[in-house]
Amino acid sequence: MKIFTGILGLFIFFEGIWLYQEKPLEQSIADGEEIYQDFCIQCHLDTGEGVSGVFPPLAKSDYLINNIELSIRGIKYGLSGTITVNGEEYNGVMQEQGLDDIEIADVMNYILNNWGNESKEMVTEEQVASVNE
Amino acid sequence: MREKFLKSLMIGVFSLTSCISQENPPEVKTPDQTKFTTETVVDGIDIPWGMDFISENEILVTEKKGTLYRVTNGEKAEVSGLPEIYKRGQGGLLDVALHPDYKNNKIIYFTAGVHIEGDEGGNTALYCGELNGNSLSNIKLLYKGKPNTKKGQHWGSRIVFDDKGHLFFGIGDRGNRDVNPQDLNRDGGKIYRLNLDGSIPEDNPFADQEGALKAVYSYGHRNPQGMTVHPETGEIWENEHGPKGGDEINIIHKGKNYGWPVITYGINYSGTSITDKTSMPGMEQPLYYWLPSIAPSGMAFSSSKVYKKWKGNLFVGSLKFKYLERLVIKRGKVVKREKILNDIGRVRNVKEGPDGYIYLGVEGKGILKLVQQ
Repeated sequence: MKIFTGILGLFIFFEGIWLYQEKPLEQSIADGEEIYQDFCIQCHLDTGEGVSGVFPPLAKSDYLINNIELSIRGIKYGLSGTITVNGEEYNGVMQEQGLDDIEIADVMNYILNNWGNESKEMVTEEQVASVNE
Repeated sequence: MREKFLKSLMIGVFSLTSCISQENPPEVKTPDQTKFTTETVVDGIDIPWGMDFISENEILVTEKKGTLYRVTNGEKAEVSGLPEIYKRGQGGLLDVALHPDYKNNKIIYFTAGVHIEGDEGGNTALYCGELNGNSLSNIKLLYKGKPNTKKGQHWGSRIVFDDKGHLFFGIGDRGNRDVNPQDLNRDGGKIYRLNLDGSIPEDNPFADQEGALKAVYSYGHRNPQGMTVHPETGEIWENEHGPKGGDEINIIHKGKNYGWPVITYGINYSGTSITDKTSMPGMEQPLYYWLPSIAPSGMAFSSSKVYKKWKGNLFVGSLKFKYLERLVIKRGKVVKREKILNDIGRVRNVKEGPDGYIYLGVEGKGILKLVQQ
């Protein structure tokens, strides 16, 4: 009986955490796609390929997958200077897009889970809020 | 028999290669790039969106992030007194232009994305103000597009003047292409004409139409980011971004419909079609359209003699391909296109200075002056 209560308790505990979480990943990805179509697609394109030498790719981008926080910072505060993505150098300017923290989280979840990219962790609004310039 | 076969084969190969090339002629050429170079006028401006010349050595330059610079002999000074700029996507601090009588009244105009009137988001606004030294005062809001929206696309918004006391500026479709550009009762997708004091000219094309926005001069535009006055004809020339393909050059005529999104030479970024129509009665055809898109920004005619053989040519910046395009136009047709300063960077603005030279606003750099070697 004790064990049963314990297990039930744990179940309710985890259930509570799940319900308490921010929007489900699927919803975030769907919302992120809308942001992408409005703010990102003109440069990074529908295929996420970007334009060689001008706009870095997001699809299978080593920079993106290995630098989640830097990528969030780039969208939130802007990104300039030389970066290397999939072996190619880029030296452009991406100014801050004026997105809310939740919008940044959503579009990050979209690009991290599209074009063959797969991410085990969900980017949250809190995570974005905690990223400083 | 053999001749016929060879002829058919040649026609077949020619047709096939024509289909594959798909560039809207004339094909852009890349001449010897050692013939020209640039001098840096001022650096350290990430996105130099607008510029206008107070004198040969004094230039006003906007940084899209929200700073207006007064550049004197290459040194930047920040101008104070701007209203709060709403930075969202493609929007921010945009164009700047001196009043035609600036020498006497010190008035400048500027366009920007702003968030005012309470509802979420923003839209393009036109302001004027008095510039004294490095400070702006007496700021007046002359026009603002409605409603506010959180969409990041298509704010327009170059400013030009005719010689009859009018000012023209544009607002793009604000990411609402199926609602704004074709509706005269709504802002967005329009070129506007005002008097210099911001009032509406009585003879504006829709001034008497019930429900229509009286400031509208032409409509059916997507995102005009280049505008200039032809030095000889006085006509208003414009370029605008198309979707995927279909960037355009248009001459802006009173009351005309430029067709977006009902007719276009482009398709969606995703590759799907927007419309199967490239023309319709009652809608204007572009003077030229780019396929593939070059993402045109900035526009200027060379009216001086400082560049041999280039007098009368049109210059347009390419954001996508990072060069300055020179277009030769004869009898209303583009007959030649050339890449100048290939790979210089994303060219956001092009203007002819009072010294007759072409000045470029290049992203990640600043203002550069085009010099022939």
